[in-house]
Amino acid sequence: MYAQMIKTAGTGVKDRDEMSEEERKFQDRIDAGEKIEPKDWMPDDYRATLIRQIGQHAHSEIVGTLPEGNWVTRAPTLERKAILLAKVQDEAGHGLYLYCAAETLGISRDELTEDLLSGKMKYSSIFNYPTLNWADIGAVGWLVDGAAIMNQVPLQRTSFGPYSRAMIRICKEESFHQRQGYDAIRACAEGTPAQKKMAQDAMNRFWYPALMMFGPSDTDSVHSAQSMAWKIKINTNDELRQKFVDQTVPQAEYLGLTIPDPNLKWNEERGHYDFSQPDWSEFFNVIKGNGPCNVDRMAARNKAWDDGEWVREGMLAHARKKAAAKVAAE
Amino acid sequence: MKNEWPLWEVFIRGQHGMSHRHVGSLHAPDAEHAIKNARDVYTRRNEGVSIWVVEAANIAASSPSDKGPLYEPSESKVYRHPTFFDIPEEVGAM
Repeated sequence: MYAQMIKTAGTGVKDRDEMSEEERKFQDRIDAGEKIEPKDWMPDDYRATLIRQIGQHAHSEIVGTLPEGNWVTRAPTLERKAILLAKVQDEAGHGLYLYCAAETLGISRDELTEDLLSGKMKYSSIFNYPTLNWADIGAVGWLVDGAAIMNQVPLQRTSFGPYSRAMIRICKEESFHQRQGYDAIRACAEGTPAQKKMAQDAMNRFWYPALMMFGPSDTDSVHSAQSMAWKIKINTNDELRQKFVDQTVPQAEYLGLTIPDPNLKWNEERGHYDFSQPDWSEFFNVIKGNGPCNVDRMAARNKAWDDGEWVREGMLAHARKKAAAKVAAE
Repeated sequence: MKNEWPLWEVFIRGQHGMSHRHVGSLHAPDAEHAIKNARDVYTRRNEGVSIWVVEAANIAASSPSDKGPLYEPSESKVYRHPTFFDIPEEVGAM
């Protein structure tokens, strides 16, 4: 999931008799499946949590273009290059849909950008891992986008209208991302021994970081319970992770790739695969800023923002000048 | 923040003769660039044949609290729907 460890504002789910009249009405609307729109009354904690969640999701889409952009100039064929360019452009577009959804809650685009650049807001831990070989691009589409889809499909039903509409658009495009990834890694897996080795290497490095995308277990979290009551979180992290593993294992088997987990096996009784948890100490370390690429990612975003300043200002100055000339001519 | 590009709402008309439909918003310094950006952000897969943009600040919107006075009166006017009227079967399709 592209939003991890979102701190839900407030102290957990309130009983109905603890709620104000407005809060009760609000919760009733959500329970009835109504969408909350930007001008509707909403609890401050709902607003604050959504800004964090949608903001982090948007930042992840934007920062996520960096590991993939890394391979645009070195894609093995012109067709793969065109596909990768289209995918990277989509990701930037997804970031823009989400920023706009967040802005309807009363935060500006520049505030969101500045909070990312100062490190106050986070992006998904997954994008702090490097893309070292071409098969990594396949693994990112297949596993990373695959994990993101697990979370994004249910979020199409989220209670906040603009977020739900952004998710619907994103999900329509996301399936292309996963399939092109699977297609790219499949070409490697079915290729020469060296190419197959490259695909397995990508699988080995991306498996656990992909599992981390769902965040640590939150089954007993009061904060998650509140987010679920508000329908801004639909499933627990463990449910989504299990679903992802169950879906991915047969796909890996088809490719003849080995999932790097000796404990992975089908559990007939549960009707699910048993699997090992990722190393959560590694996850917390990456979140803190100590992953392999955190410094590079933030440096790239800061440089892009600083280098673009004269363009943003120049275009605005030009637009103002043109508008003034038009008024003068009338 | 002082120099943030204004927000524009984007409306796209699809291929099949439907009206322009709101698809989302974006930031741009002026209308010309808003259309260019809308083309990149909202029509990457043949979603449209025509784009309208309007600066978000120029949109007047009804308020959620007006929901009652604005829409409740029509709830009691069931005769505005064709199904209100029984037409004898012998008359045929109408």
